This record gives sequence, structure tokens and C-alpha cells, in this order.
Amino acid sequence: MTHSPLKTVAEQAIRVYVPCDSAALSVGADQIATTIKALAAEYQANIQLVRNGSRGLFWLEPLVEVETADGRVAYGPVQPEDITSLFECDFLSGDPQHPLYLGLTEKIPYLAKQQRLTFQRAGIIEPASIEDYTAYQGFIGLKKALAVGPQAIVDEVKQSGLRGRGGAAFPTGIKWQTVLDTPAKQKYIVCNADEGDSGSFADRLVMEADPFSLIEGMTIAGIAVGANQGYIYLRSEYPHAHQMLNKAIAVAYQHGYLGNHILGSDFSFDLEVRLGAGAYICGEETSLLESLEGKRGLVRAKPPIPAIEGLFGQPTIVNNVLSLATVPIILEKGAAYYEHFGMGRSRGTLAFQLAGNIKQGGLVELAFGISLRELLEEYGAGTLTGRPIKAVQVGGPLGAYLPEHQWDTPLDYEAFMQIDAMVGHGGIVVFDDKVDMLEQARFAMEFCVEESCGKCTPCRIGSTRGVEVIDKIRAGDNIQANTVLLTDLCDTMTHTSLCAMGGMTPYPVMSALNHFPEDFQPTNPKTGGC
Amino acid sequence: MQGNSSWDRQLVEKSIDSLQDKPGALLPILHSIQDQLGYIPSDAVPLIADKLNLSRADVHGVISFYHHFRSKPCGEYVIQVCRAEACQAMGSRQLEQTIKQTLGIDYHQTTLDGSFTLEPVYCLGNCACSPSIRVNDDIHGRMTTSKFNQLVDKMQTVAVEVQ
Ligand SMILES: Cc1cc2nc3c(=O)[nH]c(=O)nc-3n(C[C@H](O)[C@H](O)[C@H](O)COP(=O)(O)O)c2cc1C
Ligand code: SF4
Ligand code: FES
Repeated sequence: MTHSPLKTVAEQAIRVYVPCDSAALSVGADQIATTIKALAAEYQANIQLVRNGSRGLFWLEPLVEVETADGRVAYGPVQPEDITSLFECDFLSGDPQHPLYLGLTEKIPYLAKQQRLTFQRAGIIEPASIEDYTAYQGFIGLKKALAVGPQAIVDEVKQSGLRGRGGAAFPTGIKWQTVLDTPAKQKYIVCNADEGDSGSFADRLVMEADPFSLIEGMTIAGIAVGANQGYIYLRSEYPHAHQMLNKAIAVAYQHGYLGNHILGSDFSFDLEVRLGAGAYICGEETSLLESLEGKRGLVRAKPPIPAIEGLFGQPTIVNNVLSLATVPIILEKGAAYYEHFGMGRSRGTLAFQLAGNIKQGGLVELAFGISLRELLEEYGAGTLTGRPIKAVQVGGPLGAYLPEHQWDTPLDYEAFMQIDAMVGHGGIVVFDDKVDMLEQARFAMEFCVEESCGKCTPCRIGSTRGVEVIDKIRAGDNIQANTVLLTDLCDTMTHTSLCAMGGMTPYPVMSALNHFPEDFQPTNPKTGGC
Repeated sequence: MQGNSSWDRQLVEKSIDSLQDKPGALLPILHSIQDQLGYIPSDAVPLIADKLNLSRADVHGVISFYHHFRSKPCGEYVIQVCRAEACQAMGSRQLEQTIKQTLGIDYHQTTLDGSFTLEPVYCLGNCACSPSIRVNDDIHGRMTTSKFNQLVDKMQTVAVEVQ
């Protein structure tokens, strides 16, 4: 803080926090910040406005916080017209009378019940402030990594049980071991920040709210396998994340956390953000590498796996944003600490993302094992429209639609596979009873038409045929025979596609058909039927 | 924005020269050109191909593969409407119809006055505040027809003032 030591405590500027995360911005946070500043001048209030990241309680955004002697007090969701009354109520002293008063932020049940490891700093700190980051345990993991060296780092990550958070859930430590064991002059760390799955925004939140955690995680990965160059492949749909990452990277260079001789060690690491260009398939790791190399994002056949022949033919770690941003806390607190969260082979925490038609949408970080129903009811508080929930799509556009009788399945990679569903990236999209599941099945096929890389026939042509067959069913044309045909087509796509794009599009389609057959009947009132 | 003035050529060459030494330079070059011109002029293709030692077909193939890259000029405001699932759950299908009607254009088209270009997008990462749209680099959440109309009014006023 910049106040003079001669001033009394009462005269110190009061810290007021207004998030600059793109979700908060999308509902007017900038205007809130400007108005608060203007009114503070009018009321002659001495405030220091901080633009923090979001806590991920998006249903409360714009969420304004004030630092008081008891801690940070929250008000939200704040609209511009509320600000005069906030000043009149003396919200700067944390007055509880205002209707938007939420109490101490940390005590809001939605947040208080979470187990925040990867997101421990999100919304608390100013994202690109290295002072804030280090004040909250930042770079302790990096210092440990430099001290213990490659194999010990990889062992720690292996023991933690961390599995890739990008969807496929491959053990991160094993991937790192392969890269470490593959001799090469040049190795790379590539962060998959494509976050193409609809319904997911956890990667974005890390990058906008706590970008140094990703930078630290990638640097540790570099030390672990002997790579001195990293790339963050970021989707072009995330302009704010792009700005924030670039800002944080510049600050990290200035402070010796990137570049030559990091923290005076022998280790050097360079990091650059590369923008994608609006192609869902470029989230698939080999397609991503093609794109980074400057080509069309066509999927490569595996083997060879990227850990052995990746970017420019060199051994490469490709990891999701969350996988990498979780590494610092694993090194800081130790594998055992991390591993004790979770269930079965799903260790640690997952960032569940509640989205769509939900009253309290946002990010909920919890240990694996919680049920979907608990998330929907206790955290989400049901639909925003107030109607009953009909279907929940978990794991992005390639994930299954789950009907109510499956909501008690614990969120665990293996348990979900057993019901023909997937946890994926942890995105949860809620639909009320107005949803037409045939329309959703059609969309899944249409999305595959739009986003297929085109390399193999079942996906490229199959998806187009899929849209046609569903249209026939909707038109009431030979429903039974066409349903058999659709099932057969999905079966072919599942078993003969080169990657999960064509291979998993059948999940949303078949789950819609199997669990909501009434929407595929001619009597379906939503489509008019015949 | 004119297609092939000498000024464009200079700008394109500058973009290529400053980025061509990066490994995998093609996407950064295309981004740089589109950021400045709003699109990638067809005349830029041979220049890029030549400097990067690629065929024109290679460069064209990359431009056409990615949804983000445009070969035609765009409007002053590019409006992207999210068509993905979380937004669907909150009524984006209805919203996109209204937006198309209000602007009088379909996806991938630009209004005659050059103000607006409309594009579909599959998720803006704002799924907890859906439905969402993006206008240039600003995301707008919890979108409704009336909020959209206000937004268009505001943009039209600004567009007129600029001219
Ligand atoms: C069609 C398709 C899209 C994918 N999209 C993403 C994505 O957006 N982000 C991501 O991290 N992984 C995505 N993946 C998974 C990646 O291929 C890869 O498994 C992941 O980046 C590995 O990192 P992790 O082990 O840390 O999860 C996608 C996979 C497929 C088949
Ligand atoms: S399944 Fe689809 S996206 Fe995957 S390689 Fe084949 S055509 Fe490409
Ligand atoms: S689904 Fe529309 S913003 Fe994510």
C-alpha cells in the first residue's frame, strides 16, 4: 500500500475489489468500477480500487468486496443503480443493512464448502501482481523443484495421482516420465489452453485470475523433463485471458521467474502464448501440435505419441491448463497431501463447472466423489427458470446427457465410464424440461460436421449422414428403421474414427435417444411431430 | 477497407518480416494481418507463401481450415453469437433468430452499411452467464433481446459519430 506512515489507520485507503474476469466484465463489472470511483470522489471516501480475478461465483457477479477489519465483505450482484445506495448504507465499513450484503466472502456457503487447491488464489489476488502471488504461497513449488531436480519432481507428480484434466484423464506423472526418459537436444512444454468444450471455463478462470500458477506449473514441468521452451496454445475466443497471460509473462520475465537462469539457477525457460483460430479439433493434442507448427489442424495418427515425437518432432509434454496449474501446490504441499482428496483412481480435486440453465452457475472445486445431484441441488440450487431439470450434459459437447436416475453416480472417472458417460473436463450443463432432446442430438451431429478435421470418413461423412437421419426421424419418416440406422451409424463412428471427435459424438446422440426416447417419437409436441 | 492498395502490401510485408523467424510462424502472421486489416487479403497469400517457402495452396489451406480467418473485409463490429449447449439451455436459438432479424443478415454476412458482421461461435467460456455474445473483444452475458437492441443502438450511435 502507498499510504504515508504519518497517517492514522482511520485515514488509510479502504480496499474495494471489483473483478476483471471476463464473466464479471460480461455483466458490467467495468461500469461498476467506474461508478464506484466516481461516487467515492463525491463522498470524499478514500478508497483503493483493486481489480481482482473472479472467485468463480458467477451468479453473484459483479461481486464487489470491501476489506474490513474482520475480512473481506461481499455485495452482489451489483448493478450500477445500486451503487448510490451502497454508499448511503456505508458499505465501505461493511454495513450489513444493504439488500445485496452477503457477509464475509469466505463464509458464503457456495465458497466455504469448496476444497480449493488449484483455485486457492482465484479472486483473492490481483492476477498479474507478483507480490500478491508470492504473498499467497506462490513460487514455493518452483523453488522446491529447483532444489530436488527432475526425477524427484516426476516422482512427486506420479505419486500425487494427478490425471490430465483436459478430458482423457491420462496420468500426468507417467507422461512426464516418458519425456524425461526420451533423450533429445530440444524438448517442449505445451499447455493446451484451447478449452473448446462448451460448459467449461475453469481454464479461463485460472488464466484470468491466477496466471502465475500456470506459468509456475509450466516452468516446473520444464525443469522436470529438461525443456527450455514452453508454448501456451490459447483459443482465440479468449481475448481477456490473452491479455492477462501476456501481462503476467512480462512481469515474470522482469522478476527473473522466466528467461535465463531462473532464480539464479542453471535452468532457463522461455514461454510464449500462441493463439489458435477457432477450431474445436485443435484441442486434440496432435492437431494442436500441427496447428502450432503452422499447419491445418489435422489429427495425427498415434503412435508416435507426442511425449516421444511431439512439437517439431521433439519430445513434448502436452498438458491441460489445470493439470499444469495444479503442479505447484503438489510440489509445495507434497504428493500425499494432494492424494488424500478424491476416491478410487480419481485423486485430488476437480473443478466442476455449473452452467446453462442453473440458478447458481459457477466454479465449484471439490474432491472427486461428490454426486451430480449434490452439485445441482446444493450448489446450483436448481434451474434459473425454476422449472424441473430434465437433462444434464457432463463433460462437454462429446459428453452424455444424463437423466435424473443417473444423478447419484459419484463423480469419478471410472464410475462415469460405467454408465456410458464421461467426467471429461468437469463441465456440467443443465437443461430444464423445455429442452427437446432430439434437437440436442441433432446439434451434436451438426457440431461434428462443423468441427471435424476431415481426416477420416466415419467422422467427416458419418456426421453429415447423422444430421440427415435425425431430420428424417423428426419428420416422422420411418421412425423405427431410421432409429436403427442412427444406432448403427453411431456404432460405426465409435469404433472406426481416428480420434475422440468422431469416436465420442455418439455419446450425446445415443444418450439422448436411449434416455429420452419420447422426444424421438412422432408425438413429440416440441417438434410438432406429424 | 480496400483490397490491394500499396499500403496494405507494406503492412503485410511488415507483419511477415517481423514474425517469419518464429518457429511455426504461419498462424502468428495470419493473426497479425487480420488484426490490422480485419481480414486476410487474397493478395497477401503469395507474399506469405513466398517468404515462408510454402505453396500458395498450403497457405490458402490453412486460412480456410480455421473459422477465425476471413478472406473478405468485415464490418466495424464483429458480433459472435454463441451457439453451444449452455447458451442453448438459456434460449440462444431464439436469440440468434432475433439477432439475425434485427441486423437483417445471416451468419458470415456483413450489413450493407459496413457496421456489423455476424458470426457463430461455439462457446465463449461464459457459460455460467449464458446466453453470451461477443462484440469485437467484449463479451456480453445474460443476453436478452432488449439488451441486444440497446447494444445495437449504442453501437450505431458511435458508428455514426466516428464517420
Ligand atoms: C476432439 C478433442 C478435443 C479436445 N479438446 C481439448 C481441450 O480443449 N483442452 C484440453 O486440455 N484437452 C483437450 N483434448 C484432450 C487432449 O487431446 C489431450 O488429451 C490433453 O491436452 C492432454 O492434457 P492432460 O493430460 O493434461 O489432460 C481434446 C481431445 C479431443 C479428442
Ligand atoms: S475422428 Fe474426425 S476429427 Fe478425429 S481424426 Fe477423424 S475426421 Fe478428424
Ligand atoms: S456455451 Fe455459450 S458461452 Fe459457453
